[in-house]
Amino acid sequence: MSTIEAPAPMQADALAGADAEELARRRQRRFEKIGRWALPLMIMVTAIWLWDRICVWNDIPHFILPRPGVVLETLVADAGLLFSSLWVTLKITFLSLLLAVAGGVGLSVLFTQSKWVEMSFFPFAVILQVTPIVAIFPLINIYVENQTAKLLLCAWIVAFFPILSNTTLGLNSVDRNLLDLFKLNGATRWQTLWHLRLPAAMPYFLGGLKIAGGLALIGAVVAEFVAGSAGQSSGLASRIIEAGYRLNAPRLFAALILISFTGIVIFLALSWLSNRILRRWHESALSQEH
Amino acid sequence: MSAAPSIEAETGDTQLVLRGVGKAFGDVVALRDVDMTINQGDFLSLLGPSGCGKSTALRLIAGLSAPSAGRLEWFGPPMGKTDVGFVFQEPTLMPWATVYDNVWLPLRLQGVSRDAARDRVAAVLEQVNLTGFEEAVPRELSGGMKMRTSIARALVTRPRVLLMDEPFAALDEITRNQLNNDLLALWEKERFTVIFVTHSVFESVYLASRIVVMAANPGRVFDQMAVDAPYPRSESFRTSEGYAHVMRSASTMLRAAMGLDPVEGGHVDH
Repeated sequence: MSTIEAPAPMQADALAGADAEELARRRQRRFEKIGRWALPLMIMVTAIWLWDRICVWNDIPHFILPRPGVVLETLVADAGLLFSSLWVTLKITFLSLLLAVAGGVGLSVLFTQSKWVEMSFFPFAVILQVTPIVAIFPLINIYVENQTAKLLLCAWIVAFFPILSNTTLGLNSVDRNLLDLFKLNGATRWQTLWHLRLPAAMPYFLGGLKIAGGLALIGAVVAEFVAGSAGQSSGLASRIIEAGYRLNAPRLFAALILISFTGIVIFLALSWLSNRILRRWHESALSQEH
Repeated sequence: MSAAPSIEAETGDTQLVLRGVGKAFGDVVALRDVDMTINQGDFLSLLGPSGCGKSTALRLIAGLSAPSAGRLEWFGPPMGKTDVGFVFQEPTLMPWATVYDNVWLPLRLQGVSRDAARDRVAAVLEQVNLTGFEEAVPRELSGGMKMRTSIARALVTRPRVLLMDEPFAALDEITRNQLNNDLLALWEKERFTVIFVTHSVFESVYLASRIVVMAANPGRVFDQMAVDAPYPRSESFRTSEGYAHVMRSASTMLRAAMGLDPVEGGHVDH
């Protein structure tokens, strides 16, 4: 017996150490980890450098294409104006997103509680969804007096549908056996909704929320373009239109950078939120090492 | 097959009688003329090929669907919401909830608070050997542990009848044998009634005190047999001559139900 057992720990040790293949895999993983942020950064720096060089080599006037340095200077110099405008756009974006969540989730719950309500209203939800909703903004511009209400309505309409359709799908994608289990235990409609349907719909809802976050910002900006052409708005989009009229290209670029940056932050924030909520149970949030 | 065999209560108190129960889905007859008597404390196995309506029969008994013909009669104290436990083929756990919260669920739906349920949940988790895993979520558990959680959830309300729909079919053989033994030990201690649907002759013979063999097209009861082996049964039962003997009878009965020739050397005896 002892002769059989003796080599066992040695063998285990030999296997526990990393062989050549494992070392290569680790090296590969380390490179990928660095490359993930280093490569895009390099591309970006190169692109900005090329942009700057093209301006210099071709003597492009700054009201047509400003050099990156000039844009940065404008961003700092006009910070007061630009950031107060950003704040206006952000308020519209977040308020409309909030209303989209309330409306989307509320309506989808109503849909799943009553087949009749769903049968009656879902086709209209689809019609509104497939209509390029931007096309009705001029109408809203005519009908709605209040500036904030106008912008909110436009951004809300755009952000609302992904949440509605995703959450409805989620509420209906419940494990049939779990539904039977709830039925067997005499669960009320409210208990089934609260303990089963809503948690099961969470991944779908969060997917919809990620899309809606980006769309709310787009909605807010487009709405301002429509309303702001009348010179009534004070958001970032109005700054862009205004700067365009005045051939103030540096400020136009600065505003554009702010909007793009805002979109990135919203996306990252919602991804983070989604990961926080789903990380223990949903496939989409599992880390890749598993 | 000639007339449907009459199936009478053998021992103990009658708990449930199915009289001429049938179930049709549209034009498809899933179950026809089922007569069956289930006694308090039985370990009854419904054995049959796919499409013989054994799962349908279980759902009718659970009250998850209503029979199209015939009736089910319950005896003894009236059956409440918590008197029937159901274990599905899949563990069917809520993936977002911990083991504790999954097991607590049936009590929670009756309005029992998390703290008030603590003792009962702890006790039932101990019964299925899951103490210490209260805070794990399903994806952190093995297939066998998920199934144990599912069984704990079914037992947490102290049901009088435990319905199991091929609960171990998706598990590997070693895990399945272990769970079979644990289930038997639990049943011997608590003596709730078990109705166990399976397509495994091995499982039927090892677990059940009575086997009801069903046939397909349309789903119906073909025949039944008692398993005359005393409890407690342990692994040594699997290799005993008595086991081999019952296996032969059960296999022959199942083959006859499927319209096949009997296994060589087999004979049906009741």
